Amino acid sequence: MNIKTIGIIGAGKVGIVLAQLALKAGYQVFIAGSASADKIALTVSVLAPGAIALTSKEVAERSDVIILAIPLGKYQQLPKDELDGKLVIDAMNYWWEIDGDRPDLTNPGVSSSEVVQQYLSQSRVVKAFNHIGYHDLHDESRPEGASNRKAIAIAGDSAEDIREVTQIVNNLGFDPVFIGKLSEGIKLQPGGQVFGAHVDAPQLRQMIKNFAIIK
Amino acid sequence: MTDKEIAKIKFGLDSFGDIPVDENGKLFTHAEAIRQVIKEAVLADKLGIDVIALGEHHRPDFSISSPETVLAAIAGQTKNIKLASGVTVLSSDDPVRVFERFSTLDAVSNGRAQVILGRGSFTESFPLFGYELTDYETLFAEKIELFTQLLKEKPVTWQGTKRAPLDNADVYPKTESGHLDTLVGVGGSPQSMVRAAHYGLPVVLAIIGGSPERFVPYIDLYKRAAKEFGTEAHPVGMHSPGFIADSDKEARDIAWPAHKKNFDRIGKTRGWSPITRDHFINEVENGSLYIGSVETVAQKIAKAIKALGVQRFDLVYGGGPMPASARLKMVQLYGEKVIPRVRELLAEKSE
Repeated sequence: MNIKTIGIIGAGKVGIVLAQLALKAGYQVFIAGSASADKIALTVSVLAPGAIALTSKEVAERSDVIILAIPLGKYQQLPKDELDGKLVIDAMNYWWEIDGDRPDLTNPGVSSSEVVQQYLSQSRVVKAFNHIGYHDLHDESRPEGASNRKAIAIAGDSAEDIREVTQIVNNLGFDPVFIGKLSEGIKLQPGGQVFGAHVDAPQLRQMIKNFAIIK
Repeated sequence: MTDKEIAKIKFGLDSFGDIPVDENGKLFTHAEAIRQVIKEAVLADKLGIDVIALGEHHRPDFSISSPETVLAAIAGQTKNIKLASGVTVLSSDDPVRVFERFSTLDAVSNGRAQVILGRGSFTESFPLFGYELTDYETLFAEKIELFTQLLKEKPVTWQGTKRAPLDNADVYPKTESGHLDTLVGVGGSPQSMVRAAHYGLPVVLAIIGGSPERFVPYIDLYKRAAKEFGTEAHPVGMHSPGFIADSDKEARDIAWPAHKKNFDRIGKTRGWSPITRDHFINEVENGSLYIGSVETVAQKIAKAIKALGVQRFDLVYGGGPMPASARLKMVQLYGEKVIPRVRELLAEKSE
């Protein structure tokens, strides 16, 4: 599939930076916030000019691939039906200060992206863009081959979907590093060494290899 | 910049009451840490620094949970310095009480009080005061709405979902100026910029990581939103962490271990990994840590002020367990050398 449109659900710090990077990479970008489209229209027109503010349902319907960038605790508000059959990139993290105490999202044996996949049972969920802070995401985006280019880890179950997401990560300015199945995405979550890391690809691979929960 | 423009720029010092260490590396008690801040604020006032802003936390690594009480003490020992909170976590506070406390501080200090309202980056205050984290958005939205009504200093009739309604309630003391200086502290959420513009309140940006330049469009957003709402777009301020010593090396050597302890302790609860020295240096050289000699820090501040067009720069100082003597010396260097040097740099013609 030739991906031309990227949808972003979530117009906060992460969503806006992803929209900026996707626009720069030449994608058509649709973006939705938690409220109606007109509530974020001004924000989007100033911070990510060129992106189109829509509702999350419309974003899901009209995009080739959809990046999730809302607080993880609200994943059940995602437009499940409209995301049916779509490639979905999960950039969300459990953040207790926002999400509150959520045993369903903090099972130490299950990656939060698997929980999202379970809810979006008819979508194809791939985990990416979650482990790098939003300001590093903004500041560290570099063209392919640039020195000191940072890496972004990808976890997912389908080879074809991984290929697509690899291309997107690369186009958005980062070296893609495939780390394994969606369940392996647990290595990218808060509490792990990779979370918060903005390092190059060899370093990221090494961190994944040495993965151990810090605590 | 013209002399007139430069004269308008305010410089502040911000603290959360981090716990310093004595010459033997022993941590101060919370009470000693609070008295240290008072001492620093008194020195800052003598040096002509414009603002001291104290932020509220409710956790062991910060001593200040009640900024306005500390500010009232500072008021009694100072003449000119503006006494600000940075921030007052309005979501888990009561707008009426916040107004009362700060209008009282305004009286005590002859009109030097300033409230900076925010959502805060920590959330310990929610369970502590009986609020639900799931109401995070609603609480702030409702309370800032009520607070802006209270700012008119006339009887208020108000109804929301998270606080008892007010029926023609008048709140005292009134300020002498008729206006309690009120700003909003924003951490980079676009909606917060739009909300501040909606209420016509000035904004202070907390820029605590990454390049300050990326906030240029956020300031534009604030101005555009104000225009749309027909409110006044006030000058924008910023705050960023830093530390100053005689040389770059000395500043880094003192700040690094304290910064690391601070960062890693917070990271542990939020799930990010320990900070590396490389990351720290990168943040010092390219990001938002204003750490170094007088010249290094002055250059960095001047650059940020020019890039963002801000009219206020606050240095968040003394992050982590830092020697108390180094903190005091830093205040001295900031007031005596860095601020005049920044003004000088701003006056230079840009090429």
